Amino acid sequence: MSDTKYGKYGGQFVPEILMPALEELEQGYEKYRNDPQFLEELNYYLKDFAGRETPLYHARNLSKKYGTKIYLKREDLVHGGAHKLNNTIGQALLAKYMGKTRLVAETGAGQHGTATAMAGTNLGFETHVYMGAKDTERQRMNVYRMEIMGTEVHPVESGSRTLKDAINEALRDWVSNVENTHYLIGSVVGPHPYPMMVRDFQSVIGNEVKQQIMEKEGRYPDSIVACTGGGSNAMGIFYPFIEEDVKLIAVEAGGKGMKYTKDAALHSASLSVGEDGVLQGARTRILQDEYGQILESSSISAGLDYSGVGPELAHLADIGRLLPRVVNDDMALEAFHELSRVEGIIPALESSHAVAHVMEAAESGELGELVVINLSGRGDKDLETVIGLERRK
Amino acid sequence: MKLADKFNELKNRNETALLAYVCAGDPDIESTPQIVDSLIRGGADIIELGLPFSDPVADGPTIQAASERALSAGMNPDRYFELVANLDVQVPLVCMTYYNLIYKRGIERFVKDCVSSGISGLIIPDLPAEESNDLANCCSQEGVDLIFLVAPVTTDERIEMILSKTSGFVYIVSRLGVTGTRSDVTAATSDIISRVRTDIPKAVGFGISNAEQAAKIIAAGADGVIVGSAFVDIIASGNNVEKRLEDLTTEIKAVCRRD
Repeated sequence: MSDTKYGKYGGQFVPEILMPALEELEQGYEKYRNDPQFLEELNYYLKDFAGRETPLYHARNLSKKYGTKIYLKREDLVHGGAHKLNNTIGQALLAKYMGKTRLVAETGAGQHGTATAMAGTNLGFETHVYMGAKDTERQRMNVYRMEIMGTEVHPVESGSRTLKDAINEALRDWVSNVENTHYLIGSVVGPHPYPMMVRDFQSVIGNEVKQQIMEKEGRYPDSIVACTGGGSNAMGIFYPFIEEDVKLIAVEAGGKGMKYTKDAALHSASLSVGEDGVLQGARTRILQDEYGQILESSSISAGLDYSGVGPELAHLADIGRLLPRVVNDDMALEAFHELSRVEGIIPALESSHAVAHVMEAAESGELGELVVINLSGRGDKDLETVIGLERRK
Repeated sequence: MKLADKFNELKNRNETALLAYVCAGDPDIESTPQIVDSLIRGGADIIELGLPFSDPVADGPTIQAASERALSAGMNPDRYFELVANLDVQVPLVCMTYYNLIYKRGIERFVKDCVSSGISGLIIPDLPAEESNDLANCCSQEGVDLIFLVAPVTTDERIEMILSKTSGFVYIVSRLGVTGTRSDVTAATSDIISRVRTDIPKAVGFGISNAEQAAKIIAAGADGVIVGSAFVDIIASGNNVEKRLEDLTTEIKAVCRRD
């Protein structure tokens, strides 16, 4: 078995019943990750289906206003409107090479479920997405999107009827159907090899930036800023730069403030203020109470609303290679409007956190003179949320 | 009482062990001692007392709901050990919980709390053998059994590795009653029981809810049957709980006596 850890984080904290499946996945990934035919086919789908490469756009208006040169990595232009498809197309193709015929995935707000539906449908899989019943009610449009593509969406009625219950159900499905089924995890979380595999598939983002910024500026940026929930877009853009002299800034959701109720945090800042613990298959930094019960997290953006964070990000934070920062709901909302008005680009509320941090920190000099923001998704999906919030004001 | 002694005692009487699982604090903290008493009156040989975790990924909806009820009732590790210490029972007690609660409390402190409250063994379904070294060392130092699970999908190679680590008994996961089980479930269960070749007692669980199923498992060679969700369902119904728990235990225990 290859090394399953990042420093003290990571590992495989899963029921025995899943261990053989993880081993099979690990072997499958080792077999195909450098296979020329696999890579050629993956590149074909990334280019002609997903729409890569995505532009590295010099945001002139924003740069001028905030006094530093800002580039946006336009993952919002990937098919489906976010970076999620980079990973789902990679894993679905791997599953096909491994002889699987069925995909299962969990989804919170529905973005990862939609990206799984796209990849699964295109590659000929029977695709099942588990989604908390509360979320299927809140995110009907994404349910329709998945269903229109032929994916079966299973509303989960157990527990809190949200993401973590959807993960439980997806796991149960995988356990029961492991021979023909691949569980397509949507972020750099969960047991090994998922954090590594998802990072690798998302690294296409950072690899493109490396080339593009050299062409445009003849050097690497001073800093790269990415929003972080589980952390897949952050790891994707950071990873190729880890050995370079570039500041890596992970912006977490500060929600309504760094406060707590009995069983919930009002934020999702597990990297910034979480503690060492074990959640959903990996040791990482998590939000937990004094006894180790997992606290519910909170954020205006569903994609950042998670009580844990990828184990490799936790390790990079521990060794000081990345800087965790926090942006609250109000600041993210302001950045959402700012980028829309200044550049004519409506960012996802997730990505708005990264934009907000740049708006806030540009003046301090923390970011240097050349900044890349990972614009991980577009904001069309958030219009209802934003309009709803403004009506209430 | 040590688990090994209990299994030996039962073996000498030609009996299969009945292990009864309930979640501590479900539906409230005060009820747990009576619930445990009912199970023992009915003939349970070992009590598995769940310490509830917020994210029980290895459990089905029934035990997940029980965990939620117990957490709402205020169950936590401090109260759990206090409750266990005050139980007046003559059978071995096993704590079933998730690794984060142990990790957060501190492995050494958790295991010492087990010893002082009278817990004989630990079952941690999200802790595979590969990740268990720290806890295993501490358990063996303090004389607490650490019980590992094998599943029908576990390879022979892994079974051997797991058997070298488990103590007290080995927990065999049957596929009975798990979502998506196949029709040849009895064959799959017999297969895994026969593949686990060891002198360590073999207890089989997951989805066993009545005497008929228990009898099949016993015939397949189990040294113990583990029943959980069926008891939790009775507790959840809130209807004549103690009597029905005792009756179901009696019924299942009857098929465990083979003479």
